[in-house]
Amino acid sequence: MPETATKPRIRMETKAITVDYGNGRGVRNVSLEFEDRKVNALIGPSGCGKTTFLRALNRMHDLMRGVKVTGQALLDGDDIYAPGVDPVTVRRRIGMVFQKPTPFPTMSIFDNVVAGLKLVGIRDRDQLNQIAERSLRQAALWGEVSDRLKSPASRLSGGQQQRLSIARALAVEPDVLLMDEPTSSLDPAATRRIEELVGTLKEDVTIIIVTHNMQQAARISDVTSFFLDGEVIESGATDRMFTNPSDERTEQYVTGRFG
Amino acid sequence: MNLKRRYMRDRLMLILIVLASLVVLTPLLIVLWYVASQGISALNIDFFTKDLGSPTRAQFGQATGLAQAIAGTFVIDMTALLMAVPVGIGAGMMLAEYKEHPLNPLLRVLNDTMNGMPAILKGLLIFTLVVRPSGTFSGFAGSLALGIVMLPIIARATEGALTLVPWSIREAGLALGLPRWRVILAAVLPVARPGLVTGVLIAFARAAGEAAPLLLTSLGNNFLPRNPWNPLEYLTKAADTLPQRLYSLAVSPYQQWHAMGWAAGIILLLLVIVVFLVGRWLTRRNH
Amino acid sequence: MARAGNKAQATARTCKEPDLRLTTRTGGRIGDKAFLTILTIFGLSVVAIAVLMAWTLGRDATEPIQRFGFFGFLTGTRWDPVSGNFGAWPFVLGTLVTSVAALALSFLPALGLAILSAEYAPKWIATIVDYIVDLLAAIPSVVLGIWGILVLAPTLRDNVYRPIYEWAATNAPSQVGWLGNPTGYGLVTATLVLALMIVPYTTALARDAIRLVPSEQREAAWGLGATRWEVLRMAVLPYARGGIAAGAVLSFGRALGETMAVAMLIGNSSRLPLTLFGPASSMPSVIVNEFREAVDALHLSSLMAIGFYLFIISLVVNLGAAWIQRRLVPGNAGL
Repeated sequence: MPETATKPRIRMETKAITVDYGNGRGVRNVSLEFEDRKVNALIGPSGCGKTTFLRALNRMHDLMRGVKVTGQALLDGDDIYAPGVDPVTVRRRIGMVFQKPTPFPTMSIFDNVVAGLKLVGIRDRDQLNQIAERSLRQAALWGEVSDRLKSPASRLSGGQQQRLSIARALAVEPDVLLMDEPTSSLDPAATRRIEELVGTLKEDVTIIIVTHNMQQAARISDVTSFFLDGEVIESGATDRMFTNPSDERTEQYVTGRFG
Repeated sequence: MNLKRRYMRDRLMLILIVLASLVVLTPLLIVLWYVASQGISALNIDFFTKDLGSPTRAQFGQATGLAQAIAGTFVIDMTALLMAVPVGIGAGMMLAEYKEHPLNPLLRVLNDTMNGMPAILKGLLIFTLVVRPSGTFSGFAGSLALGIVMLPIIARATEGALTLVPWSIREAGLALGLPRWRVILAAVLPVARPGLVTGVLIAFARAAGEAAPLLLTSLGNNFLPRNPWNPLEYLTKAADTLPQRLYSLAVSPYQQWHAMGWAAGIILLLLVIVVFLVGRWLTRRNH
Repeated sequence: MARAGNKAQATARTCKEPDLRLTTRTGGRIGDKAFLTILTIFGLSVVAIAVLMAWTLGRDATEPIQRFGFFGFLTGTRWDPVSGNFGAWPFVLGTLVTSVAALALSFLPALGLAILSAEYAPKWIATIVDYIVDLLAAIPSVVLGIWGILVLAPTLRDNVYRPIYEWAATNAPSQVGWLGNPTGYGLVTATLVLALMIVPYTTALARDAIRLVPSEQREAAWGLGATRWEVLRMAVLPYARGGIAAGAVLSFGRALGETMAVAMLIGNSSRLPLTLFGPASSMPSVIVNEFREAVDALHLSSLMAIGFYLFIISLVVNLGAAWIQRRLVPGNAGL
């Protein structure tokens, strides 16, 4: 079989996603493509829909009353909003890390990491140990906690807790990892560690990250999409977006004129 | 575990939860139904105007009622309220507005302790301190006992209501040059009033339903006093109250008295429900 | 001390509220002093009442305790006013059995109500449920008592106790002694009504604790691909366990002190409660029942002594509830 030039594989894609809160604050008509194993950043001023859009990607809006989501979100070609699609399964394949680190405080570090695995019925001790170690290594946390896996997760520092949350999300081996401003509640040192982490993680998962810090987007992402007032103004390779944006509003934002 | 089983378990838990709730809610409705249906027949004019007398009255169909219990409840509970409200609000103010005072931690612990104490112990206290030395059961002793029941509830509700008042209100008062005590009374208290009133109402309703402390202090009385309009008659001698009388009627062997017991239950329930609704209405306006 | 990420919280903790002791004029200062004095008097009244309670109960209890011993009185199995022998164990046992059983019976339904209200039900149903639970808490004990005595007990006697007793009399005569005389007034009936009465305390605290679980915790669970119940089991209930446990302990404390409904339904026998259906007594119920007939000084002070032990048990349980709430709630010292 002759080797053809590899076309970038699109892992996730949205077609005209609209999220309606009923008060005009949602997102409208967002169509984006997310390449496999790339870091995709969503930037824009606060309140303009980045997080709303992100949460549409793993059907988190299902949990809220009065929110309507229209359009399609395709994971490997299948629409996650198609009738009959189980949101619980969707959320296993599309994981999420939140702004505030949220380890389950009554559980140990180990139990936190494997929490998602137990849901799907994996109970074999050896398997759990193996996956826990792998996930903690992926999250660059193994070295710091391998000797105290049974101690409460609440004793970790903020940065460690966030890496624990990442490990927990990775343990179920999602295809896509959604990150909602994962470093905004962390100090600069912890932030840097997570940013480095993202660089290594993208070898295993496709990452879509919301950030209000555009320097962070410039540092870690391959593709950047600029949101304003609920719509995507422009989207493209990060280098180009920051040095030579096509839209005037993008340029104003990335040069700090507003936001 | 496959998805189907997980969803089935999800559904099962919901069913169990609803069932568990019904297990609690159904008896409640049954009780309310019984009280209403069994008591309504005894609620006539005589019920409110005649006193109880001896069992033979009811057995032979003569006019009998619970006027003495209704009057006694009114006098004793009101007296209790008059005593408990100032002390309770005062203690609550102490807790909320003078947090730096050394008395505070002790006061809070003891108030909460008293809140959780069985009411019968409060009756025992007054029995020892008042009934025994004075040699007589009295309505006033009952008021004291009920007052002690009301007190911690009022104090805690007052503290809660005052604490909810935003700090800015106190700052505004101070900025106007008002001394601390006037800031509290003139600026903070009015804002907290709905919560305070609700607390007082709840305390009143709780105490109004208590029988045990009264059995040890006011004891009970089958008859109206010579002058039924003089409150002192109820306070200085053994007096009847609805909850204590309900108990006596219920454990008695006379069917006519049972019917009046149910009717007393209706009165007590109405009292509780009215207080409850008024309290809700008051705190809703607060939003 | 503050963990990274909790910077805002740390700042709030070190910012004290302004010092209100700085007053302005002397006129104000006199008023302030007088006001504070009045409030202090009221505060001291509360303290005095609590102290008085401990003191009078203890003082009145000295005679029986000296006579029979602190633990001797508590564990003595014979309560005999005629011979002057007083042992409180029948009543302690009655109290413990009914309270523990009532807690066990009521806990899951109460928790179910809390979960229903806080998690599953739409707002309007939750409001109704909350109202009904609060109403249940507000119903006077004597009202439940009269229903119990005139309706529940006869119903249970005719439809449950008697049939079981008669079945046992013919098929398993050895068990009859343990079953006891099925009058309808005994441990079982009292426990059932007691369980109903203490539900609201667990429900209210559990409901509040569940509502207080931060939404991020739930979202983290949802995000992992959990079903609704799994979110509850994995993230919500463990987080709320402090409030839930405190609610259970509070319910238990209420059960211990509940007097009227129990007195009306428990049959009032001063013998050891060794049968299921037969009559028994609890500590509060014996006080209420024997109070008026206690002419003999030792009898009366023995009843007081029971009150004293009840006071101690109640104190311990209430303090326990507060301690549990502190220890098991995430964010407080310890977790």
